[in-house]
Amino acid sequence: MKFTRFIVGALAASLATSVYAETTLNIATVNNGDMIRMQKLTDDFTAANPDIKLNWVTLEENDLRQKVTKDISTKGGQFDVLTIGMYETPIWGAKGWLVELNGLDDPADILPAVSGGLSANGKLYAAPFYGESSFVMYRKDLMEKAGLTMPDAPTWDFILDAATKMTDRANGVNGICLRGKAGWGENMAFIGSMANSFGARWFDENWKPQFDTAEWKDTLNTYLTIMKNAGPEGASGNGFSENLALFQTGKCGMWADATAAASFVIDPKASQVADQVGFTLAPDKGLGKRANWLWAWALAIPAGSQKVDAAQKFIGWATSKHYAELVASKEGWANVPPGTRTSLYANPEYQKVPFAKMTLDSMNAADPTQPTVQPVPYTGVQFVAIPEFQGIGTKVGELFSAALAGQMTADDALAQAQQYTTDIMTKAGYIK
Amino acid sequence: MARAQSPRRTLIFTLVGWTVGILMFFPIFWTTVAAFKTESDAYSLPQNFLTTPWTLENFAIVQERSDYVRYVINTTLLVTLSTALALVLAIPAAWSLAFAPRAESSSRLSGWAWIAIMLAAAGVSFVTLYVNDWKVDNFVLGVVLLLLVVAPATLWVWTRNTSGTLLWILSTKMMPPAGALIPIYLIFNRNGLVFRDWGWINLSDFNLMDSLWGMVPLVTLLNLPIFIWMLFTYFKEIPVAILEASRMDGASLWNEITRVLMPMALPGIASTCLLNIILAWNEAFWSLNLTNKYAAPLSFFISEYSSPEGQFWAKLSAASIMAIAPILIIGWFSQRQLVRGLTFGAVK
Repeated sequence: MKFTRFIVGALAASLATSVYAETTLNIATVNNGDMIRMQKLTDDFTAANPDIKLNWVTLEENDLRQKVTKDISTKGGQFDVLTIGMYETPIWGAKGWLVELNGLDDPADILPAVSGGLSANGKLYAAPFYGESSFVMYRKDLMEKAGLTMPDAPTWDFILDAATKMTDRANGVNGICLRGKAGWGENMAFIGSMANSFGARWFDENWKPQFDTAEWKDTLNTYLTIMKNAGPEGASGNGFSENLALFQTGKCGMWADATAAASFVIDPKASQVADQVGFTLAPDKGLGKRANWLWAWALAIPAGSQKVDAAQKFIGWATSKHYAELVASKEGWANVPPGTRTSLYANPEYQKVPFAKMTLDSMNAADPTQPTVQPVPYTGVQFVAIPEFQGIGTKVGELFSAALAGQMTADDALAQAQQYTTDIMTKAGYIK
Repeated sequence: MARAQSPRRTLIFTLVGWTVGILMFFPIFWTTVAAFKTESDAYSLPQNFLTTPWTLENFAIVQERSDYVRYVINTTLLVTLSTALALVLAIPAAWSLAFAPRAESSSRLSGWAWIAIMLAAAGVSFVTLYVNDWKVDNFVLGVVLLLLVVAPATLWVWTRNTSGTLLWILSTKMMPPAGALIPIYLIFNRNGLVFRDWGWINLSDFNLMDSLWGMVPLVTLLNLPIFIWMLFTYFKEIPVAILEASRMDGASLWNEITRVLMPMALPGIASTCLLNIILAWNEAFWSLNLTNKYAAPLSFFISEYSSPEGQFWAKLSAASIMAIAPILIIGWFSQRQLVRGLTFGAVK
């Protein structure tokens, strides 16, 4: 036995990959501009904490979600800091998979809608690094040409009318560009928040799917009609990036999408319409909810990590006011990660950024704890924070995308969505 | 002397050949063009690559953001080590399949005997469960499954004749890799099936995740079936009489394989290695799932540049070009062996 133990020990020692001389934090993060910028600025953190080394793993959003979920659910402990969103945080926090954060810089300063979406049982389990909502970006010149003025808070009727009037297909101008590519974070992010403004909801208080209601029918029909009359060709394959390219090259009159798109469309190096862009709130139907989503990428610590103290320190630094000032001093206020702190929007320098006010107003217009007109048993604005939602959202997204491509009617898509969701929710035990 | 062909026939074949060639090359062409464009130009459709400006900034950004050299070193290590290991395992296997085949099943067991084996396995499983008071934990479940499912099947495979074994080897490539992801992930993982606190020894400080110690054997095993099949077909072409003659002259098995067989089969071994180098170089599924940084190869490097929100085609293209460039160059230099390797078996 002793000899076996020695052999196994020696073998295992030769397999060891981790070094304990100094604390190395393995940080899993998502590939977007703000996160890449942070990786460049970490000298500021490591200079103050020379015993902590940072090891970045950058991944595409869906790969990251898969990888991090596999790791945390098997307690693999590959990562010490995770980048997760508003969807995972409440689920994982409630399961006890995350460490409560206590080293944050002025937690009361975090926007209430964001901290609400990143908490479970009243405890904050992830610190927001940047937050986004959605709004409408539009071309001022085309709006003028159509003889219209964009209000600060438009209604759906106005948007539909404006989209039709701005469409000039002979000159390659589509009145409105919206997401059509299937996926719970793709077309369903838009259609889900649109449905909120139409008074629809994913589930009633007893977790019964609601796709057979008049509100959903109205939502989907309106979406399909406006895309048929004023949308770009092949819209069922368009996601954020495709619509961004269309808008930048002057092929869209309006584009409803993430507030994070603002800095791209006003960048004169990338956008041909940079000086003609206006921003306005996502539309509503007078029911009390607007068609905008709320999302935040946040940093969290898995419960299995052996380097909790160092991880708390790092998250404290990355989400601090000091970090915002650091970015501002190096790259300008427009590049500060938006949508997390009240104090940022009170800063007179930041208020000069053209999309600052509209981003804050949009974020405040969404409430993840009360996302819909009628009451619901879930949190999340454009998603439902339950583990089953990824599968359901993607399937429903595929059906709606097929309806947009003309492969099935709206009624068929809704009926199949209702059937599928009911099956899944029954199997998962929500419907008894 | 080739058959004389009419000019018309030649023309048609040439046209078809060029069309297929251009179609196959088009994605690489597109990627190359996009890599030298700005992000918004790379997205614009139709692509007017002549009028838009060319730029090298994507390559600069990729260089700045990721440690390209580390990825190249990891990939090179992974590819060479796994190919070398596969050679060591595949040459003896292919020799035995080609020169010492088993014409019929070695098992004299009748159908009744197989039923008896199954019943015995069921009986032992029953006893295992009985001794455990019918409490099923993972260990007991593992023993029972091993006895009931794995053991009879393995016995059956071991007693097959050579053609059956060859097919079985290939059949391991037929399962979609995602089907084996969870078990392999748990074997590699800390606190998984192997690297956990066993009570008498604590292995939970170690793991195979993100290390070449895990990736090299895995990639070897992935490519081993193809390796054995290709070497088998090359070895089959070598007259067995030559090997017999060497045996008559007193050559040991070691000398027979290393001094007689391998020099004669060298072109075949070279093309097998080449094909497997390319397969290992492009392997993405397992490296994306099982590596993060220290053992991450070039396929992981490419995936770092994909993003659902934001424009990334030009940077992604630049990363792809940097990842495939080395293997593309190796491929060009060794095209002749490759063509033979890829069409193995077709001319016999």
